[in-house]
Amino acid sequence: MNAPTVPWSQRPAVVGVRAFFGRFGLVLTLLVLPVVYGIQDLSEDGDLSRLGNNLMDGLSNGAIWALIALGYTLVYGIIELINFAHGEVFMIGSFVAASFWGTLGLTLTTGLPGLVIGLLATLIVAMLTCASLNVMIERVAYRPLRNAPKLAPLITAVGFSFILQNVGILWRGGSQQGVDNLIRQEEEVFQLVGVIISRGDLLAIGVTVPLVFVVTSFIARSRLGKAMRATAQDPEAARLMGINVDQTISLTFLLGGLLAGAAGLVYALYQTNVWFFQGFTAGLIAFTAAVMGGIGNLRGAVLGGLIIGCIQQISDNRIGGEWTPVIVFGYLILIMTFRPRGLLGEQTREAG
Amino acid sequence: MSALPEFLGTKNGQRATVGGVLLVAALFPLAFDSLATQLDVAIFVLAYVMMALGLNIVVGFAGLLDLGYVAFYAIGAYTIGWLASDHFTGVGGDEGIHVAASNFVSSIPGIHLNFFLVLIAAMIIAAVLGAFIGLPTLRLRGDYIAIVTLAFGEIIGRIALNGDEITFGDYQLTNGQQAISPVDQPYLPGADYEFDSAFNLRPYYWAGLILLCFTLFVNFRLRDSRLGRAWIALREDEVAAASMGVPLVRTKLLAYAAGAALGGIAGGFLGSYNNAINSNQFQFSFSIFVLAMVILGGMGSIWGVTAGAVALAVIDRYLIPEVLDDLPSSFGLDFQLTQLSFGIFGFLLVLIMVLRPEGLFPERRRKIELTEGVGTDESVFEVKA
Repeated sequence: MNAPTVPWSQRPAVVGVRAFFGRFGLVLTLLVLPVVYGIQDLSEDGDLSRLGNNLMDGLSNGAIWALIALGYTLVYGIIELINFAHGEVFMIGSFVAASFWGTLGLTLTTGLPGLVIGLLATLIVAMLTCASLNVMIERVAYRPLRNAPKLAPLITAVGFSFILQNVGILWRGGSQQGVDNLIRQEEEVFQLVGVIISRGDLLAIGVTVPLVFVVTSFIARSRLGKAMRATAQDPEAARLMGINVDQTISLTFLLGGLLAGAAGLVYALYQTNVWFFQGFTAGLIAFTAAVMGGIGNLRGAVLGGLIIGCIQQISDNRIGGEWTPVIVFGYLILIMTFRPRGLLGEQTREAG
Repeated sequence: MSALPEFLGTKNGQRATVGGVLLVAALFPLAFDSLATQLDVAIFVLAYVMMALGLNIVVGFAGLLDLGYVAFYAIGAYTIGWLASDHFTGVGGDEGIHVAASNFVSSIPGIHLNFFLVLIAAMIIAAVLGAFIGLPTLRLRGDYIAIVTLAFGEIIGRIALNGDEITFGDYQLTNGQQAISPVDQPYLPGADYEFDSAFNLRPYYWAGLILLCFTLFVNFRLRDSRLGRAWIALREDEVAAASMGVPLVRTKLLAYAAGAALGGIAGGFLGSYNNAINSNQFQFSFSIFVLAMVILGGMGSIWGVTAGAVALAVIDRYLIPEVLDDLPSSFGLDFQLTQLSFGIFGFLLVLIMVLRPEGLFPERRRKIELTEGVGTDESVFEVKA
């Protein structure tokens, strides 16, 4: 993309409008919901705290989506595959977490030190389980198809997603199942200009921010991260430079799985219920987030996750939760069609 | 003995085989009681085969992975629900609107078009919707197309589910989980004969068989047409096809529309047979179920897809629920096999894609693409310019 050399004032109006929407159209579309409901709140009672609370809940939800979206974007960045089973890996993470803290004997009456240690142990177990699951899926379902047409691994990914959903059904039945509200997540910690910050919000953000920081700096700084970036750029050349491409791809899936496991625990604590279908919904929301941010772009995935969390929360609260998927998928279609490179991404092959 | 396989290889031999299979299929219901479970299963099999053949046009011929095929099932079924039931009571006054309806239905208010008219309507509406869904995917490739179609399928499923909240006047769009029911039975005005699924399933079976033959005919004619060759060219190499003068937009949209039209017909037929249009029939898993049929049989191979669809439909409607459902409990496990049906299909998808990506009865050309890597520029490890 060349920078415009003609000053804005001298350009024909139509070109100016098109350039403006090309650049800011997505941002404007994303602002529709908060602005509309902000104006509605202001005109009704002049108080924006309801919208503020929606956005706060949205951010903490979005933090969970961001963790999952990172997994999508990492894998897509390196082998251009939509890892459709990723949402289900996250679901398994929730199940493992809920079962493991039950095994540890954490209940509502557990004291603070026990709770913290127990949940940390649960976090590690959930992360490791999801990581090994993700690596296993790559070995079984994607690696044999490395040189097949691009759609072949996508189909096996869908297949694996169904297999894991069924594991979920066998494990915890076909309906939503409540889990202990261990951290009493809705309890208020403090208020900021009418916006309630609850324990759940702190947990979601407190787990996500360090993890995102660690993963991004791992990829940016470490030797293995460098190998990942090289493989993403050009697998053949990376192989010639002595990088073990297979191992690097496994590592990518491992990282994605770790993040999905953490998201699984946070989700179980935050939503206080788990079910086999949560992965499908979350997977699509997180994928939307990854595409919104620009697939392959780590910062973009986090940003997209937070934005989609806010949109989803506003829609849940104002329009009705049963319509939220329609809104999220509507955004997904709009972005994929009109701006496949997302907010921060670069031009991709998909952009044509 | 050696003359038989030789004979089957010739053109006449193939015709004889097809004729024989059709004859057996046509006589099949006479072997069973007129309300037998086998007949019920067979009717579903016919409808599923139609859907698989429709999806085969999009996925198999044109190479566009469509993960939202359930949308066309939904549209076909709701067309029947809207145009052949008392859902819109009060439209057209107390008497309602009737076109070539049976005597019994003529006394009921609402819109009641003849079944076969509704099928044509379903076909047209689905085709238009298919082209509409195809529009945003035109600029996209490969996996992005899959996700956009999936999103459309989910949106339509959601609208069906929450359609009781969408009202215009006194009417709800879909009735949601309450289902639009009952739906008119098919009626032949000339012969003055009305189907009745409560007493005899055979007419439904034969109607389905005729629709299936129509679908097969359309599939073969399309494949061997100029349009069909354009689809194959598009699938193998879009850029090359475009530079040879294949109009990309029209070719792609026609693939979506043709696939959707067949799905609409099958959906209308199945909706009428189910006698209730319930929103929970239209879930993502159904799209994958149909996709599994296409992949099992062999993408692009018409007879392969037919066989794959028959196999999976029989497994889904008969083997799992009727025969093997108690298998886990006989091993002392505490679940029914029906709970696992979609996991089984998922497993099949993985297994086939890894071991035999060309399917059980592959089309020769598609097999070469899948196994010898024609069009490897689509593969994961492309060298980017």
